[in-house]
Amino acid sequence: MNENKNKDKSTRRDFLTTVTATVGAVGVGAAVLPVISQMNPDSSVKALASIEVDISKVKEGQEITVLWRGKPVFIKRRTKEDILKAKETKMADLKDPQEDKARVIKEEWLVVIGVCTHLGCVPAGGQGDYSGWFCPCHGSHYDTSGRIRKGPAPTNLEVPKYEFVGSDKIKIG
Amino acid sequence: MSADNLEQKYKPVHTNKTGGSPFTGITGWIDNRLPVIRMFKHEYLDFQVPKSLSYFWSFGGILTICLILLIITGLSLGMHYKPDTKYAFDSVEKIMRDVNFGWLIRYAHMNLASFFFIAVYLHIFRGLYYGSYKEPRQLMWLIGIVIFFLMMATAFLGYTLPWGQMSFWGATVITNLFSAIPFFGESVVTWLWGDYSVGDAALNRFYVLHWLIAFLIVGAVVFHVIALHIVGSNNPSGIEPKDTRDTVSFSPFTTSKDLVGMLVFLLIFVTVMMYAPNYLGHPDNYIPANPLVTPPHIVPEWYFLPFYAILRSIPDKLMGVIAMVSSIAVLGLLPWLDFSKVRSSVFRPIWKQCVFLFVLNFFVLMYIGAAPAEGIYLVIGRIATAFWFAFFFILAPLVSIVEKPLPMPESIHEFENWKKQGKIKTINIFSK
Repeated sequence: MNENKNKDKSTRRDFLTTVTATVGAVGVGAAVLPVISQMNPDSSVKALASIEVDISKVKEGQEITVLWRGKPVFIKRRTKEDILKAKETKMADLKDPQEDKARVIKEEWLVVIGVCTHLGCVPAGGQGDYSGWFCPCHGSHYDTSGRIRKGPAPTNLEVPKYEFVGSDKIKIG
Repeated sequence: MSADNLEQKYKPVHTNKTGGSPFTGITGWIDNRLPVIRMFKHEYLDFQVPKSLSYFWSFGGILTICLILLIITGLSLGMHYKPDTKYAFDSVEKIMRDVNFGWLIRYAHMNLASFFFIAVYLHIFRGLYYGSYKEPRQLMWLIGIVIFFLMMATAFLGYTLPWGQMSFWGATVITNLFSAIPFFGESVVTWLWGDYSVGDAALNRFYVLHWLIAFLIVGAVVFHVIALHIVGSNNPSGIEPKDTRDTVSFSPFTTSKDLVGMLVFLLIFVTVMMYAPNYLGHPDNYIPANPLVTPPHIVPEWYFLPFYAILRSIPDKLMGVIAMVSSIAVLGLLPWLDFSKVRSSVFRPIWKQCVFLFVLNFFVLMYIGAAPAEGIYLVIGRIATAFWFAFFFILAPLVSIVEKPLPMPESIHEFENWKKQGKIKTINIFSK
């Protein structure tokens, strides 16, 4: 009987310790959250989420670069040759296999974020072994669909969310 | 129970510990209440160090001076610098042109960072060559590696502040290393930036963190020194001192020797700062940051080049980052990978050659880090990276087993006699 009583007593203490520790942990967590969260993009940064670009003056084979969320976006009006090359590439040759048609809305226009997926440099257009882009920092080669072909970058150039607004405007974001 | 027995039951307490100072007068009065004066006497005046220390042992003191000067010049620059992408570059130019002695203070801060790394590399070499990482100094060695990581972090953050092309693209490349983290990579990078790219939010927090880490280094250095004063200095013989024939008092012997080392080091530093202040930097950093144009050839500061070369030799992004971080962290395993009982390379004929090869390999990697990542450079870079890791994981344990150490003297004073008799060779340029 006596033993049981002691056991009961220690269980109650254990319970109180656990409850106190849990409430304490939740409290500390709640206090830390704002301090961590303040470092994420703020409302004013998020508000600049979309831009509209006039593409009427871009000729075939030309590429323009616009700034979106602090990052360059390449808008390239591809030549027939470019498109053909991108379409004919076998999936087996790709590091990050993706069909060309999955990367464009209109075949003629390729819109990609101009940030190398390796460590974030801006690749140079019309260069490299696959006549797409070449990143000078660590030597990644991209093809005419912005897909990674050679070098340390793990994935294809990212395609941002965009849509055609009328015939000569693109809305990015 | 009698009153006597009751008193014996309780242990006496002494919450008031005043007294016991070896000093008298005002010094004694203060020391009895705040015992830092006797601590200073004990640790810096009477402290016994091996008498065989060479100039290689001056780099601890040299690094302390560098750190103090960096903090003083940094504080001065902080009074004029503006961590805002609109004003940062111009505020640095203003420091260079308008602020009284601003050019001097900035050039000093810039070049001190480089010289801090020169001194720390020599300091680490000293440790490798004379086995300073071995029992009982493992923890001290580990704290040293923490300091090295912190140094790299704060040097990187400081380099981003002038907001030139190299600042911006260096910041972009280095912060993108975190995007290699599986699953959370992108969120972590966005969180670090406070934006979707390196920009104003990032610059502002980099400035704050540059300060914070500088002071974290001061804290880690205090631990490094406390540990040193418990385990004592290693020395070129690698033999522990046994009696007063083996040691000298820290002051005036070590202090005066360190002072010579510091003055020579500072003389070289001042010469570079005055005659070639931009020699160790990159001219592209005098072009304001432009997020649309990556410079054709991005290179980090010279002191990061060997590790940058390791990052680039691995063709996979995540593995490259892991290799780069572990190339430094692996130093922390050395006390356990090298289990030879002999510390000093003076008595380790094979290990000595390995350490020199390691140094040569360090310079090869440094050269490769600055070269374009293609062709023959890539091949050499990969071989050098492989050797870096082989040094720790293969050579260190292997040499510990196969090497037969040379005959050793019994004590440090005997070691000194052997040296006079020409029985043993030490590195000449830094011996007294």
